[in-house]
Amino acid sequence: MLRVEHLQAGTLPPLTFEVTAGECLAVEGPSGAGKTLLLRAIADLDPATGQVFLDGAERHEMPAPRWRRYVRYCAAEPAWWTDTPREAFVDATGDRLGRLLHSLGLDAAVLDRATATLSTGERQRLALARALMDEPPILLLDEPTAALDAQAAALVEELIKYQTLSGRSVLLVSHDRGQIERLAHARLLLSKPVAAGNEVVATP
Amino acid sequence: MSSIALSPLDLTLAASLLIVNAAISWAFGLRLERSIAVAAVRMVVQLALIGLVLKFIFAQTSPAWTLALMLVMAGAAGVEVVTRQHRRLKGWRAFALSSATLLFIGVAITSLGVGVIIGPEPWYAPRYMLPILGMVLGNAMTAMSLVLDTLCQTVTRERAAIEARLALGAPRREAMSGALRTSLRTGMTPILNSMATTGIVALPGMMTGQILAGADPVEAVKYQVLIMFLIAAATALAAFFGGLGAVLLLTDTRHRLRLERLASPK
Repeated sequence: MLRVEHLQAGTLPPLTFEVTAGECLAVEGPSGAGKTLLLRAIADLDPATGQVFLDGAERHEMPAPRWRRYVRYCAAEPAWWTDTPREAFVDATGDRLGRLLHSLGLDAAVLDRATATLSTGERQRLALARALMDEPPILLLDEPTAALDAQAAALVEELIKYQTLSGRSVLLVSHDRGQIERLAHARLLLSKPVAAGNEVVATP
Repeated sequence: MSSIALSPLDLTLAASLLIVNAAISWAFGLRLERSIAVAAVRMVVQLALIGLVLKFIFAQTSPAWTLALMLVMAGAAGVEVVTRQHRRLKGWRAFALSSATLLFIGVAITSLGVGVIIGPEPWYAPRYMLPILGMVLGNAMTAMSLVLDTLCQTVTRERAAIEARLALGAPRREAMSGALRTSLRTGMTPILNSMATTGIVALPGMMTGQILAGADPVEAVKYQVLIMFLIAAATALAAFFGGLGAVLLLTDTRHRLRLERLASPK
């Protein structure tokens, strides 16, 4: 279970909410409302005040790399640092990787293509596979289907649903109303920042 | 040992060569006229001053004065490294990093070269110590400057990829390793190129100076070889400490990338 207490990052007001195991919380709001900022702050990728607890353990109680192995942020713009995707999957077991790629509608051959030649949609789905590889209990997904066609987006939605059914918690940023209807159990609405100080509490 | 003394008229004649630079700048509208004049004046004034300072310090042969000038030289090199960057690191830490590193490298390498290898009497003889420190520092400064510049640019360009690795739980050293490697290579390449071509394409300044002053060319070559090895070690150390220090300054203990610590590009 992820519990966020008075978390305040950048222009966002302090936020308090929780996401239980198996729950998908949609983070909504207009562009510039700070949705990405919130996800990044929870993953401790940006400095922020306030506390984030994972099953009772605050993020600062453990080294940041360990925190991010549990609380996994997957960016809207997938970025690759290797020549081929396979090099980024060195620690992966063939079985699980194969299943993940299959469920995302990707052929295993995609792993050996030059990263630079992959389409945006392939890159995005591979980034999702990379993020899910070591089965983190908390997923912070920033527009996971933004670059995908309807068919691939449906596959990703299935995968997200499967994650929640297996007891993982998902924070989902999406501009797709229908997708939120289909996946989210609760919603967190961020408005454009007006003035700091007003506490927003999510109502499930 | 003898050399022909230069008269002010000789130097004026040499300075008139700057007309070439000015003409090119003017012909192509480069607007470098002011920079050319400022650089030329700075060069003459700084060299004249250091000439007087060196004359004074050589006459003293005191460890305190020698060390004082070494500190000033390293400090100036440190400031130069930071301010030369296209996107420089903000805050005093960057200056502290470059000045302290360059001072340490300069003193260590120069003391090794002069005190242990050349072995003048006394071992800190400023006539040997200061010119060699100058050459070591100059090259270490260039290497460090290149490393910092390359690192800051690479990290800015590859921010998304670095943060993707951090988000997957990589520690900062691992996430930054690609950028660090690129910048170290850039910082260490010039000295390799210059070692490989020296004597064919260019006669090094110090060796030329000794030959002009009447030294035996073979003796001058031996000194040059010694200097080149000192410089090679100094540039490698400057690249290493500069790169590692900058990686630490651009990240924090929570393994986050802190690009807001870079000033906006010039």
